[in-house]
Amino acid sequence: MEIGFTLNGRHVEVSCKPSTLLSDLIREQLSLTGTHVGCDTSQCGACVVHLNGDSVKSCTVLAVAADDGEVRTVEGLCAVDGTLHPMQQAFHENHGLQCGFCTPGMLMSAIDLVKHIPDPTEAEIREWLEGNICRCTGYQNIVKSIIAGAAAMRTAS
Amino acid sequence: MQSFSYHKPGTVTDAASLLAARDNAALLAGGMTLLPTMKQRLAAPDDIIDLAAIRELSGITMEGEDLVIGAMTRHADVAGSDLVKEVLPALAGLASRIGDQQVRHRGTIGGSISNNDPAADYPAAILALNATIVTSQRAIAADDFFVGLFETALRPGEIVTAIRFPRAKRAAYAKFPNPASRYAIAGVFVAQTGGAVRVAVTGAAPFVFRATDVEAALSANYAVEALERLSIDTQDLMSDIHADREYRGHLVMVMARRAVAESLKRSG
Ligand SMILES: Cc1cc2nc3c(=O)[nH]c(=O)nc-3n(C[C@H](O)[C@H](O)[C@H](O)COP(=O)(O)OP(=O)(O)OC[C@H]3O[C@@H](n4cnc5c(N)ncnc54)[C@H](O)[C@@H]3O)c2cc1C
Ligand code: FES
Ligand code: FES
Repeated sequence: MEIGFTLNGRHVEVSCKPSTLLSDLIREQLSLTGTHVGCDTSQCGACVVHLNGDSVKSCTVLAVAADDGEVRTVEGLCAVDGTLHPMQQAFHENHGLQCGFCTPGMLMSAIDLVKHIPDPTEAEIREWLEGNICRCTGYQNIVKSIIAGAAAMRTAS
Repeated sequence: MQSFSYHKPGTVTDAASLLAARDNAALLAGGMTLLPTMKQRLAAPDDIIDLAAIRELSGITMEGEDLVIGAMTRHADVAGSDLVKEVLPALAGLASRIGDQQVRHRGTIGGSISNNDPAADYPAAILALNATIVTSQRAIAADDFFVGLFETALRPGEIVTAIRFPRAKRAAYAKFPNPASRYAIAGVFVAQTGGAVRVAVTGAAPFVFRATDVEAALSANYAVEALERLSIDTQDLMSDIHADREYRGHLVMVMARRAVAESLKRSG
């Protein structure tokens, strides 16, 4: 099938099978390997991307669902000159990662959270991260990073 | 995933005729159950009929005194709807606690009830609120819809189009979630509509059921105290690694009391 959509602000046309998952399309065909596949069973959230503005688990969405839509992956967060997104910068400064495997999904979920709740409490952050699993950090620094990232996003906007 | 042919009809009528013309087709709503099931090869449809393009299936409106929610309305939209929060806040609250935010951005009410997972949340609301399931062929009363483990009254080829919820005087849902999956280990929805009280339990048995003893106690006296000495018959409850049937029975009564207490704090 031929599908077309906006990927990180750029229009792309690709051909895929109906059974191709969005995560596979992004990683295998479009070579954007920042989106990670951890569990492939909709549990871990490493594969979270934004589809038409909403955070979704790309391992559980058919690629064809992106047709005529808009997809944003972790690669689409930083500015053209490489300046990190405020949320990325906050993860960097607050040591919000150890191995980094869960980080792309954490960032995409966190940015969606701030869109809904600009000044989230710690409890709201933990609740929102229900679908993002980290096997390293114990979440403390992730929560700290998101509080800082949300503050930076409020100042930036 | 094994390959399949993909169809994206624009109307319910087209979806129904596609479904009728094929032997091994599956409807795709949010895909949050169907796609994982296909990955595990527990389902292997030859044709997928995606309901995503059918506008008439999404949306939340009032029709007379009923709150009508289209089958393709996502959990996040029910949770965030001002109309649902005003008319049936217990339903908005239930939707906001399904799975996680990413699941709520894809999963739909129609998909959830058609799937009828024993631990799903929506079936409890639909049964307790005495909602009506509207399909491409007919209207089905909640009491007739959920008939077994992952089984509903839907006939082959039938498509859920909307759910009609009557208003409730008081309603609340209390859920004891599995800490890993967020599915209910026991979830109880209590609703008082007019004089009648209906209490539906999910997560505890092979499929959602009405706790008639609890209903009788609350009909006589709508108060937490009315349930103090009551227990439910645990014979037909499920036992698994998460909870045995005695513990589930205990949780059902705890959730029932929490739901009643919550419902007394506000109406709807
Ligand atoms: C990580 C995770 C956590 C979850 N946690 C919870 C939870 O806590 N509580 C809970 O209740 N659920 C939970 N779910 C399930 C979730 O709510 C699903 O969205 C829901 O069960 C299925 O809805 P869907 O729209 O994704 O349907 P799909 O997966 O697309 O479809 C499910 C089934 O219903 C059929 N179907 C779909 N739409 C219709 C229709 N309109 N008419 C007839 N048949 C139809 C399909 O053919 C398929 O057989 C969870 C799922 C995941 C992945
Ligand atoms: S890889 Fe998608 S949720 Fe784990
Ligand atoms: S940093 Fe290793 S999984 Fe989160």
